[in-house]
Amino acid sequence: MGTYILRRVLQMIPVLLGATFLIFAMVFALPGDPLAGKCGERPCPAAYAAAFEEKYNLNDPLPIQYGKYIGNLAQGDFGETYNGIKVSEQLKERYPVTAKLALMAILIETIIGIIAGVLTGIRKGGFLDNLVLVSTLVVISIPIFVIGGLAQYFLGVKWGLFPVTVTSGEATVYQLLLPAIVLGSLSVAYVARLTRTNLVENLRSDYVRTAIAKGLTKRRAIGLHALRNSLIPVITFIGFDFGALLGGAIVTESIFNIPGVGGYIFRSIRSRDGASVVGAVTVLVLVYLVVNLIVDLLYGLLDPRISHD
Amino acid sequence: MTTQSTKTRSQGEFTYTPEDGRLLEVEDLYVEFHTADGVATAINGVSFELNQGESLAILGESGSGKSVTAQAIMGILDMPPAVIPQGHIRYCGQDLLTMDPEQRRKTRGPEVSMIFQDALSALNPVFPVGWQIAEMFRTHRGMNKSDALEQAVRLMERVQIPGARDRVKAYPHQFSGGMRQRIMIAVAIALDPAVLIADEPTTALDVTVQAQIMALLEELQEERQMGLILITHDLGVVADVADRIAVMYAGRLVEKAEVTDLYANPAHPYTRGLLESIPRLDQKGQTLAAIGGLPPNLMRIPPGCPFNPRCRMAQDVCRTDLPPLREVAPGRLSACHFAEEVIDA
Amino acid sequence: MTEATVAETTAPSDPHDTSDEGEVRSLASDAWRAMRHNPLFWVSAAMILVFVLMAAFPSLFTRTDPNFAVLAESRSKPGEGTWFGRDLQGYDIYARCIYGARASILVGLFTTTGTVLVGGTIGIIAGYMGGWVDSLLSRIGDVFFAIPLLLGAIIFLVSLPEFFNNNYLLVVLKVVVALVVLGWPSLARLMRSSVIQVKPNDYVQAARALGASPLRVIGSHILPNALAPMIVVATINLGAYIAAEATLSFLGIGLQAPAISWGIDISSAIVGLRTTPHMLFFPSLFLSLAVLAFIMLGDAVRDALDPKNR
Repeated sequence: MGTYILRRVLQMIPVLLGATFLIFAMVFALPGDPLAGKCGERPCPAAYAAAFEEKYNLNDPLPIQYGKYIGNLAQGDFGETYNGIKVSEQLKERYPVTAKLALMAILIETIIGIIAGVLTGIRKGGFLDNLVLVSTLVVISIPIFVIGGLAQYFLGVKWGLFPVTVTSGEATVYQLLLPAIVLGSLSVAYVARLTRTNLVENLRSDYVRTAIAKGLTKRRAIGLHALRNSLIPVITFIGFDFGALLGGAIVTESIFNIPGVGGYIFRSIRSRDGASVVGAVTVLVLVYLVVNLIVDLLYGLLDPRISHD
Repeated sequence: MTTQSTKTRSQGEFTYTPEDGRLLEVEDLYVEFHTADGVATAINGVSFELNQGESLAILGESGSGKSVTAQAIMGILDMPPAVIPQGHIRYCGQDLLTMDPEQRRKTRGPEVSMIFQDALSALNPVFPVGWQIAEMFRTHRGMNKSDALEQAVRLMERVQIPGARDRVKAYPHQFSGGMRQRIMIAVAIALDPAVLIADEPTTALDVTVQAQIMALLEELQEERQMGLILITHDLGVVADVADRIAVMYAGRLVEKAEVTDLYANPAHPYTRGLLESIPRLDQKGQTLAAIGGLPPNLMRIPPGCPFNPRCRMAQDVCRTDLPPLREVAPGRLSACHFAEEVIDA
Repeated sequence: MTEATVAETTAPSDPHDTSDEGEVRSLASDAWRAMRHNPLFWVSAAMILVFVLMAAFPSLFTRTDPNFAVLAESRSKPGEGTWFGRDLQGYDIYARCIYGARASILVGLFTTTGTVLVGGTIGIIAGYMGGWVDSLLSRIGDVFFAIPLLLGAIIFLVSLPEFFNNNYLLVVLKVVVALVVLGWPSLARLMRSSVIQVKPNDYVQAARALGASPLRVIGSHILPNALAPMIVVATINLGAYIAAEATLSFLGIGLQAPAISWGIDISSAIVGLRTTPHMLFFPSLFLSLAVLAFIMLGDAVRDALDPKNR
């Protein structure tokens, strides 16, 4: 087990380096002059420009710049934006909001998705089954920005059921509820379908037949024996989905005006603020890789047939 | 627990007492499968009975309805697509088919129990084997976790699993095929059932292990005076264990006899064909006679005797008239128009 | 003793198995047979046909120029001279919905083709070669996989040189390239695992032992058996890429006006949601139906290919 984790962590390093380099290279290629507008209408004095370029290593070729960046990153230094603000400070401010949003979305997709999947799986072909199948298909088909816009308008503005936007800097659970539902809506549909498919398959399995032959109640045979096995891939999906949700937050956060990392990255890209983009995405990739590792380990715990030796 | 000739068992408010040792009576049972392609009649008017301490082998090819019979008795058919349009399955005089579902559930395990062919898929892969055995005691006896687990260890010892106490927390995939089947048996006999159904219990196993498992089953049956139903396609497996044999073909019983009678003088051409296909030590060098052809499609069973297209003795009457199952000699039933000639042959 | 058996067929006893003996059908024709009876397949195929026609020949559906603005009738409601009403600029929404199909279908088709070619090839190479080649390719895939699709696409698109904004096709191509660059690893993983599953089979080993070239082994033995899951996922992904294009355009990063895209129209309509919901409704409807059609088709194909679901 220990060696497995070690091997996985070692495998993560080249992936993390590759992903950050990729982002770094793309940001490096961003058009536009970082010095533009620094000194009012006029071009900057040569001395200032030189100092500025020296500070941000702008004269180095890409690999050197990247090497210096990674060197600093390894020491926990995310660098500064061109405005001299520490990126780490910004991330500390933004990430909790997005993490809260993503966790709420995960919670929603898990609870609603699994319940819907179970209810439809045990009554395959029934009214509820078809209703959920159709509605999940609809949810999967409607892009998230349309769902977001509609939910904001109807649930927020028209019927006043939820706060329309996040007003203060401190996003409360209540304020994030509607965005989390929107963010999680696509995954709810996937989780429901995945649960249903697996449950239907497992209900036909030999060991569920054994469970019935053992005289167990239907509730126990389905709710414990079949469901326990059906949920293994579902939990794996939910784990992997965490990364996708962090990425998807970019749209949700822009619709609901949430001061999270998605909006932050988006604005940083538009303002050509490389250090912020690379820093934020690096953390995102790191979180994704760590969550993947945890999911893999969890998988081994849930399914004794998988061994991590 | 008890080895007296007639045992009285009670589950809650219900009592099951076999009358004259008669445990199980299957009477004129029909099972159909309603599928998109049509209706397949898997069991076509089957009747038999099982007494205390008796071993009955049900023999037949794939699709003969032998496994469906077992599943119908156990009440684990998927309904739909399966439908039981008529018939009775009486356990100690009470019809399982009309019984209240909750009451019937409580018979599964303590009264009637079952062993499946492939223990690897029949045991739940994600729970320890001890837990799966203990589940019987927890569900039906309301035992607490540690007591139930203690019982599981004893059962694992009883079915001769080496190092039972250490392996009680192991998972099914960590056992060999034979050991897994022993665990399956431990689950089935946990609550000392009156009837044990073994559905091809050794088909998935190596030859040497097959013999061990059959020996264990026989031993347990004698020790507990269970009624044992052995479902198999393999005449060789059941010869030592079974008292009586019922041969099924295309959903019908075609022959029923004491095991010695059936081996000595089969009363149905199909049974004879089965016997001739067994390799024998005293017939070295002879080619085995296999039965030509395939069993009929259950949606289009031919008119007359269902075996007639494959029967070497088939006459015109076999193609038009369905032969009834009738007594052709004392204690012997056969569904062949020419049963007497078959016996004498 | 083991031979003392009845002529037991290899299939497990199964009363459902009533198919005629000897009637062996290939997987493809079997799948087609199952699919023919699935209304989902016909509905989705018809919808896709309509959208493809819309993309190829928009003039079949409307004679109105989508860039012809009647400012005086700006924000007019459906039925007031036009079927779907007019937007803020006074454009005919119906015409714009029709012309918007082109961007979506092009991006969807090109991106899917691209990911299938790139991901499929890399997956086959990794799965077939194994060893260090597999490790290297898999790690490279992990790198791209670790970056969220939308996020990566945004950064990629912004960092592309101006050259790509010169004409319509180049802009579409730009979006396609972004999605292919970030989308191929999932198909590569899928293909790799299918190949690894198929490779140890006897017929593949036999072909290799008989000296068939790797290309031939892959082409005639591995590909046909590993293709099915790929087709399913690629079809469903096509819908997802259409949604991704719209999302990028919605964020103002993909296609940009004067190009016509449902995403752009939705983006500009969302501000007027309270007063003119029809401006949002129609492009959203078209977009959702297009995505739905491909997802439904993917579902139908999967159901047909997976015997368990029958």
